[in-house]
Amino acid sequence: MAHGTTETPAPPAPPAPLALHGLSVEGVNQCVHCGLCLASCPTFSELGTEMDSPRGRIFLIKSLAEGRLALSDSTVRHLSLCLDCRACETVCPAGVPYGRLIEAAKAEIERQRPGGAARRAFRWINLGLLLEHPRLLALAAAGLRAYQVSGLQRLVRASGLARVLPSTLAAWEALTPAVPAAAARAPLPALIPAVGARRARVALLTGCVQSVVFGDHNRATARVLARNGCDVVVPAGQGCCGALNAHAGDHARAVRMAKATIETFERAGVRTVIVNTSGCGAHMKGYGALLANEPSWASPAARFAASVQDVSEFLAREPLRGPLAPVAMTVTYHDPCHVVHGQKIRAQPRQLLAEIPGLRIVELAESDWCCGSAGIYNLTEPEMAERLLRRKVGHVLATGAEAVVTANPGCILQIAKGVRDRGAPTRVLHLVELLDRAYGAGR
Amino acid sequence: MVPLAEPRKRALRRELAAIVGAGGVLSDPDELLVYESDGLTLFRALADFVVFPTSAEQVSAVVKLANREELPFVARGAGTGLSGGCLPAEGGIVLSLMRMNRVLEVDYDNQLAIVEPGLVNLHLSWAVGPSGYYYAPDPSSQQACTIGGNIANNSGGPHTLKYGVTTNHVLGLEVVLPDGEIVWLGGRTREAAGYDLAGVFVGSEGTFGIATKIAVRILKKPQAVKTVLAVFDEIERASAAVSAIIARGLVPAAVEMIDHLTIQAVEDAFGCGYPRDAAAALLVEVDGLAAGIEAQAARVVEACRDAGAREVRVARDEAERALLWKGRKSAFGAYGRLSPAYMVMDGVIPRTRLPHVLRRVNEIVAAHGLRVGNVFHAGDGNLHPNILYDPRVPGEETRVLEAGAEIMRLCAEVGGSISGEHGIGLEKTDFMPFIFSPADLAFMQRLKDAFNPTGRCNPGKIFPTRKTCGEAGPVAYRPHPIEEKGLAQRF
Repeated sequence: MAHGTTETPAPPAPPAPLALHGLSVEGVNQCVHCGLCLASCPTFSELGTEMDSPRGRIFLIKSLAEGRLALSDSTVRHLSLCLDCRACETVCPAGVPYGRLIEAAKAEIERQRPGGAARRAFRWINLGLLLEHPRLLALAAAGLRAYQVSGLQRLVRASGLARVLPSTLAAWEALTPAVPAAAARAPLPALIPAVGARRARVALLTGCVQSVVFGDHNRATARVLARNGCDVVVPAGQGCCGALNAHAGDHARAVRMAKATIETFERAGVRTVIVNTSGCGAHMKGYGALLANEPSWASPAARFAASVQDVSEFLAREPLRGPLAPVAMTVTYHDPCHVVHGQKIRAQPRQLLAEIPGLRIVELAESDWCCGSAGIYNLTEPEMAERLLRRKVGHVLATGAEAVVTANPGCILQIAKGVRDRGAPTRVLHLVELLDRAYGAGR
Repeated sequence: MVPLAEPRKRALRRELAAIVGAGGVLSDPDELLVYESDGLTLFRALADFVVFPTSAEQVSAVVKLANREELPFVARGAGTGLSGGCLPAEGGIVLSLMRMNRVLEVDYDNQLAIVEPGLVNLHLSWAVGPSGYYYAPDPSSQQACTIGGNIANNSGGPHTLKYGVTTNHVLGLEVVLPDGEIVWLGGRTREAAGYDLAGVFVGSEGTFGIATKIAVRILKKPQAVKTVLAVFDEIERASAAVSAIIARGLVPAAVEMIDHLTIQAVEDAFGCGYPRDAAAALLVEVDGLAAGIEAQAARVVEACRDAGAREVRVARDEAERALLWKGRKSAFGAYGRLSPAYMVMDGVIPRTRLPHVLRRVNEIVAAHGLRVGNVFHAGDGNLHPNILYDPRVPGEETRVLEAGAEIMRLCAEVGGSISGEHGIGLEKTDFMPFIFSPADLAFMQRLKDAFNPTGRCNPGKIFPTRKTCGEAGPVAYRPHPIEEKGLAQRF
């Protein structure tokens, strides 16, 4: 390699479109290497190494697609360490579609390096069996609940049995959320009718993990929407949207799950689909791009994508309908990555909080920085996840707020764990829980 | 340079790891690849090692090791530079200072802060902001670039029109000299005794050593700020307005120009509020005491109207003001929406020659079959023509370099300079004779030799490449493409 750019032999034809695992990464050519993204990247901020920055990773992805690099251990390492939080997209003046690039790269990593039998089995159980089959997930949740309430979990943890499990399984065991009682996991009614004048008919995504771990948040979402004039339809048979699969490089299954989701919701015949989880909303808004190359799917996918709205985005379009009871509390707000960076929703949740009488809101430093949850990142990259969690919890505690409000199950579990580890009494709430309380829930 | 033999490389890696820790050394070629360029991708070079020291002592130890092994070395911050200034020679050691990023001390009463070189420029303003202070030099990349890199290039920014460039804000520095010795240049006060060595060091582009602690001035935030957007249908009128504003005795904090093509890019990026059909827009800011600020803004508005602006408005609130600035400061990156690559030029001209020079710049670039976007510090006469190109199209890189050379020559001819704030780096070494005589250059070389006699500290930068191999430092001579075209000469 030389300083400068003395005449290089001319390539014979216009360059072929760049792709990894059949997925276009042409977006790498939008990066002009300005580096404005660097300081916004959590992993670069922690490590200071440019392979762990957005610009560096784009360069690695570009070099992979051009065949300049092979997928070496170190390259896999740096790409895997990406949170896919998309904070870089928010600051990128060139509009590099980073999320799509890293998903393509992760799909390529899976193709070339599926790993050993244990890893493949673990991925198949989680991404295939459980996420793709809602009934199996419900069963697993029931089993997990039994494990947790029977005292078996306590026994396993106390006996040190967890320590002899393979490390991924042990991490999985440690991070499994507390599954609530069956009542909270029960399906929602097919229709929750509007209260008062009817404003809209909307469908609610109840989600996969969300429905078994935070069924109460779904119920609260439906109640708050109903109080704001919505007939809330809950399409039966809905499953996982495929976001976790896409983020984990499981592209083929992600495509299947997207199609199933579109079909299920098309049957509901609504123009608006409400989502209360960060990654799902951002991913479903991207269905148009995901299925753009399948002629019979491109247009339904684009239409569906345009109908998806985060619950805060939808509610903030009009003032909240009263009466709202005061909630005397000091809270702070943590922006879930795929709400703020993935969907560019920053003002709306704060606006809704400001409408709750009696609520005092204090700003959180680095509120739009990833907490380390990042889908299944806290399972796959526990060390970095923990560093970012400590950083997040430090900022939360510095606000002195009684509760940190956010809008995504992953963030809630992660930050709650971090707060617990510090022995702090701070509560972690979903935005809809607080709204629901202002509408009189739990009184 | 001959590549390092594997056994020697392994041994060196062990020694470097003993200094900075095993997690502080990169030597895997796949990892080194991302360090092959800075913000100017036209120039590329690979190091043997990138190391991440965390203290002046570690920097010194690495430098001493490099000297013992006769390896070149160079410091690097965020790598947002635009002249290839932090590129390694072929091989050698890159010292990344990104893990030295603390604010060590703030003395509000004496308005100074002591910081480490890897601190992001904007993070200093964030750190002292709650107390009502800020760090004035504001390069457009301030959200990512580091104070250390700003020192190397004596960086400017929109507000340097009123507040001066980096050197006006540096009181003193702790420096690891090219032989590894640690010294202080300047001090903590505005006036230091003896030679102004801090002044000599700032802007030396990493060739005089590596700053490890920096004492900078912090300023009280102005009481009031008003930002005026003036829209023009002809770029000549916008250029003339710049001189008209200053001729009225106004001292704006900033006068920035943004042209039609650039407006398209930044509007695509963030929808900042610049009219897409404008030929050019001026962003003029006045600041100071609240009393009288309205009158100042009104005089700017009047000057722009008199100069033929189609529309002039004052930003209503902080949100609108912030958005206009976001557009201005993101402009370079936003060119990614129009083109896969660009090369930004950094010329300085007398303000009064703006209309002529801008017209010529556009003609030169068009004659090379390329497009140019202009976004620059008009008040300072500091131009930034950004030539858009596609590196995948054969011959475009060469044409970019040719057009760039002509623009540099033009700046020199009208009595200007070939760099305002981005540095000479690798990019502009061969343009130095446009503005400096052989005697000037020889004297600069003597100064460099005083700091850096072996030439191992950031070799190949600033000075024109030399004629004979015998004179060459650690970087072997290669003709620059411009030289081959007869557009520039070696001295």
